[in-house]
Amino acid sequence: MAALWLARASSQLARRAARRLPGRHGSGEPTSPWFLGAVPPPALGSPAVETSRRGFCSVRRFAGESSAAAAVDEEPENGFVASDQQAVDFPGGKVSFVAEMNFLPDSMKERINCYLVLDDDGRTISGSRFQEVSKELALKMYSEMVTLQIMDTIFYEAQRQGRISFYLTSNGEEAINIASAAALSMDDIVLPQYREPGVLLWRGFTLQEFANQCFGNKLDYGKGRQMPIHYGSNRLNYFTVSSPIATQLPHAVGAAYSLKMNKKDACAITYFGDGGTSEGDFHAALNFAAVMEAPVIFFCRNNGWAISTPTTEQFRSDGVVIRGQAYGIRGIRVDGNDALAVYSAVHAAREMAITEGRPILVEALTYRVGHHSTSDDSTKYRPVDEIEHWRTARDPISRYRKWVQGNDWWSDAEESELRSRVRKELLQAIQVAERMPKPPVTELFTDVYDKIPSNLREQEQLLRDTIMKHPVDYPTDVPV
Amino acid sequence: MAAAASSALHAVGAVASAKPRSAAPAVARRRSVRVAAAAKGGPGSSGRGRMVARSAVAAKADEAAAAAGSKSGGHELLLFEALREALIEEMNLDPTVCVIGEDVGHYGGSYKVTKGLAEMFGDLRVLDTPIAENSFTGMGVGAAMKGLRPVVEGMNMGFLLLAYNQISNNCGMLHYTSGGQFKIPIVIRGPGGVGRQLGAEHSQRLESYFQSIPGLQMVACSTPYNAKGLMKAAIRSENPVVLFEHVLLYNLKEKIPDEEYICCLEEAEMVRPGEHVTILTYSRMRYHVMQAAKTLVNKGYDPEVIDIRSLKPFDLHTIGNSIKKTHRVLIVEECMRTGGIGASLRSAIIDNFWDYLDAPIMCLSSQDVPTPYASTLEDATVVQPAQIVAAVEQICQ
Repeated sequence: MAALWLARASSQLARRAARRLPGRHGSGEPTSPWFLGAVPPPALGSPAVETSRRGFCSVRRFAGESSAAAAVDEEPENGFVASDQQAVDFPGGKVSFVAEMNFLPDSMKERINCYLVLDDDGRTISGSRFQEVSKELALKMYSEMVTLQIMDTIFYEAQRQGRISFYLTSNGEEAINIASAAALSMDDIVLPQYREPGVLLWRGFTLQEFANQCFGNKLDYGKGRQMPIHYGSNRLNYFTVSSPIATQLPHAVGAAYSLKMNKKDACAITYFGDGGTSEGDFHAALNFAAVMEAPVIFFCRNNGWAISTPTTEQFRSDGVVIRGQAYGIRGIRVDGNDALAVYSAVHAAREMAITEGRPILVEALTYRVGHHSTSDDSTKYRPVDEIEHWRTARDPISRYRKWVQGNDWWSDAEESELRSRVRKELLQAIQVAERMPKPPVTELFTDVYDKIPSNLREQEQLLRDTIMKHPVDYPTDVPV
Repeated sequence: MAAAASSALHAVGAVASAKPRSAAPAVARRRSVRVAAAAKGGPGSSGRGRMVARSAVAAKADEAAAAAGSKSGGHELLLFEALREALIEEMNLDPTVCVIGEDVGHYGGSYKVTKGLAEMFGDLRVLDTPIAENSFTGMGVGAAMKGLRPVVEGMNMGFLLLAYNQISNNCGMLHYTSGGQFKIPIVIRGPGGVGRQLGAEHSQRLESYFQSIPGLQMVACSTPYNAKGLMKAAIRSENPVVLFEHVLLYNLKEKIPDEEYICCLEEAEMVRPGEHVTILTYSRMRYHVMQAAKTLVNKGYDPEVIDIRSLKPFDLHTIGNSIKKTHRVLIVEECMRTGGIGASLRSAIIDNFWDYLDAPIMCLSSQDVPTPYASTLEDATVVQPAQIVAAVEQICQ
């Protein structure tokens, strides 16, 4: 019975897939080798608009055509039912029934496997399949990872010295930051949480620009309005960081929706941590993206900690990847400290998202080596030797360096040259940023609306008058 | 926004020989003049040109002198149809305008504002969403940041409380915190206010809760004319605008011009010029005020009724001119006493026009209670015309 069911199901799947929307590239080729044959790729020549059964429910395709045209092709049956006598019909489709009462288990017997390419010694695991990188790309990835690490160290120190008010590091997540960014194109829209400055670094944000934002000086693109690390760049397609957790997930669906409307060859990618997956926005954004067939990559940095809350207290599911299926979203779990694995996974996810017009969930397992931020001391809630272990033995940068050096692409001399150059550049940038004047008081009132309204003009005048009357009570380095 | 609007107003005012803003009494009593502001060049504006400045008749549901100012006769429709007409016109003019909400597509919207739009513009531009207000509002924010102009519908304003996080922390803020790099030209709209026995959760007055949010603009429509005009203006605005509709006003009928027009978002509407007292109101309460006005006129009073329309920011120009003339103010609102629009308006009037007041500002609001279901209790929680009459009598002593 099972064999008949399976054979019939796969032929039905094939027929159904043949009626899908043509992919953006319209090539009809198999989407990727990563996907072990469960769903055949989209084919050319399907009508632009149709209703079809996918999975277990009627799907109205959001192709922007009128719904009248959409109502034409109703497939008469759902291919997953062996015979009509054993099926019941409900909204959502037919389901087979069973006489025995069986609850689905709360968890599978084994955890979902984790995709990995490099072992701890930086050697590719035999038989591993991954997206090849050129020497140039590989070295760029490596040097940006190092740059990110040094940037984190120095800015963290600057905060400790009282030169900036706040900072948060991406220690331990350099591979996630850089390798995922490297797999994207500049047209892809990035919606970060706050631990992804490496993506911005990859795209060309300079050390000086980072420093300007952290010091909130007049060259900061945010005009001194946000805390440090709340970077944003319209030019580099990196949405300004907004502190509330997971609010960027629905934004990503909206951004992908705009890409879909404009039929762009690009996707949206949004990053969030394990803690962010508890927010309502996570649930709704994934659900929306699935229903709307939005090309979004949901990238979860599962680093084990949400400030002091470990994942055991955050959720009871097998991490985050397992939840994708509940929304009808494809997912993959990868070793987030393995640069090549992250690169390959995002590369494949991006292709699927764009050519098939669907969301993909990527869960990158990693560890938050640093404290949550400069306002946190994580030794209060986790053992120091655990932190040290991950800082040293499981460091993503060393692991990747071993691979790069193993290819004879990198030497120790180049290593020290890179580190000292970046360090010098950063210290210089900080000095310049620190001395740069702050934004003038006018910028307190601009950009609240597109044009400054009369009530804000009045308030500005009031403030100006007050400063004029009591100059000693106001900082001297803020131009009025 | 104020700069462009006011310069346009001055220009248009000269052309249309509109009633001057410092009101002279020699204008026909039942006529009110509304000046349409020139359109800003929004995205794709090359085909649109400048707006026509219009005079139009005050919209009262039983008003017979309809469309006297309109050149080609006008057409009659209900308020929800006016909103729809605005949406259709804007969606035709600008391909980036889209509608997002629950049951807006094939169902046509719970109050039929979006009826037929999905057939005209497709499933993608008139998007049905799963039930998650915070998320589809967030989706609207993300889409707006990438260049679309979404119109997000809350099935009932009260549900938008779920979207408060996105509205406050992102909608209102991201233009500012990004240093002006990202703008959010979103319109958030829906029916609110106290209806007929809809229960407490469906009778919310969200204008109270939203009025503090910096970066947001808020308007309330009350007639088919201003509903269409405000909807169009809201869509064209570069700022996030919350458009408050009222559950009980959707079936108001009025004749509106055939020609294209928009209403200025920041402008109040002179409903009934008068001399004795300035009555400031908006949305459904406008009709209770006008009903009270009939009684007041019979008793010999001459109230000036202004529909403030713009809840954030207040049109202190129109309001101020009125106060300078009458020296007495009554605010009639549906919000609750504490923290409502009335509270803020009172404070703004005291700040700006204290010297012109001959009497303390009175404010009639709903009590600080959840709206009960029983119709007698519900009626008692909303300001009724009799109270308005009594209040005017008290003020004018």
